[in-house]
Amino acid sequence: MTPSRTAFAAILGKDLRAELRTLQSLPAMALFAVTSFVIFRFGLNRTSLSGGLAAGVLWATLLFAAVLGINRLFVAEREEGGFDAIRLAPIDRSVLFTAKVAALIVYLLVLELIAVPIFAVFFLNSARALPPLAMVLVLADIGLAATGTLISSMAVNSRARDLLVPLVLLPLVVPLMIAATAASEPLLLLGGVSYHRFGTWLMVLGLYDLIFALLGYAVFDFLLED
Amino acid sequence: MADERQTEAEPAIELVGLRRVYGERAALEGVSLETPVGSSLVVLGPNGAGKTTLLRILATLLRPTEGEVRVLGCKLPDEAWKLRGKIGYLGHEPLLYRDLSGRENLRFHARLHGITGAAAEARIEELLEAVKLAHRGDERTYEFSAGMRQRLAICRCVLHEPELLLLDEPDSNLDIEGREIARTLLGPGLGHTRVVVTHDPERHLPDADQVLRLEVDEPAAVS
Repeated sequence: MTPSRTAFAAILGKDLRAELRTLQSLPAMALFAVTSFVIFRFGLNRTSLSGGLAAGVLWATLLFAAVLGINRLFVAEREEGGFDAIRLAPIDRSVLFTAKVAALIVYLLVLELIAVPIFAVFFLNSARALPPLAMVLVLADIGLAATGTLISSMAVNSRARDLLVPLVLLPLVVPLMIAATAASEPLLLLGGVSYHRFGTWLMVLGLYDLIFALLGYAVFDFLLED
Repeated sequence: MADERQTEAEPAIELVGLRRVYGERAALEGVSLETPVGSSLVVLGPNGAGKTTLLRILATLLRPTEGEVRVLGCKLPDEAWKLRGKIGYLGHEPLLYRDLSGRENLRFHARLHGITGAAAEARIEELLEAVKLAHRGDERTYEFSAGMRQRLAICRCVLHEPELLLLDEPDSNLDIEGREIARTLLGPGLGHTRVVVTHDPERHLPDADQVLRLEVDEPAAVS
């Protein structure tokens, strides 16, 4: 058997190299997020948002931008025979799951590096919320990537892939989004950063991440069977 | 590894009553044969007779519906994990990423098979030279012609020096020079056990130690 770290590096490296060359996912995700913030800014006619409304705008935008990347996560594997190549190799097939989760986390982090500063410029009066918000973003990214990878791998063989991913994914990430918005809400108050129940919601996010990472790792091998 | 290789005493491929259905339609029905180690099995038959299905079952990509399948001593599908890495599979699709170059594709497949570093680079250059693609190896494969992609797919197929070659129309899209290159890398006479699916019996039958004829809705015949 090929060591899992070698196979993981090969698959992740291949995905990131292909994305850097083709820019098929990240620009669409970033453009969607920026356009949404512009629409919210003028639609709500507000120069600053606070608390729950700010958290809602941020997480709804990031979630729907993420769906664009999740839809395309396994397209190369399906259209260019990558699934067969990986099934023929002497590797633990769950490595494909972990590598795809890692690739999606990278995409989400890059998206947030672009989108969150723009969100702050549009809607926040100070940048003090951003350091603790980064913790929420990272934990939510892990859960979104684990769930998104699992659903994307199931939907990729369907002709209705673009419809199936949001239909199945969005209900599954409702708990994640509740925890992410609840953790972000006190950080984004206009009056200053508050940490009310911040730790509790981080633990909920961590628990969600753990459950879906373990679930994906456990069932992914079966999803690759014919 | 040498101690894990098949001994010549037991067959490389052993099928007993192999059946595979898609929904209610049987793609393969009651296929039985034994193929010795190092021999060439040529599979003939019209479209839809189950040739590709047979190859994909032997490659562990499909599960048999009924019957016993043993490949290189591994019972399928239970011991498929032991078999992977010993198979070189050349199917209808080249299994190459269009946005990676030829070298990057081969490097990716080499790493999946645990071949890394200088050993991988040396093997990749050797194969690219053999298929006369060394000078185009840094171009993305979407710029390649179908014949060039097939040459690169042959490199991918033999990159990890497999014991068993499963070849589905290996000459497709190849010109005369390409066919000679394919013969040099895929055999016969290189010690591999080979299963060759073909619609070109004139070219492949002279190399055959065994012939399997598959027909639509008729029993398979081995000669």
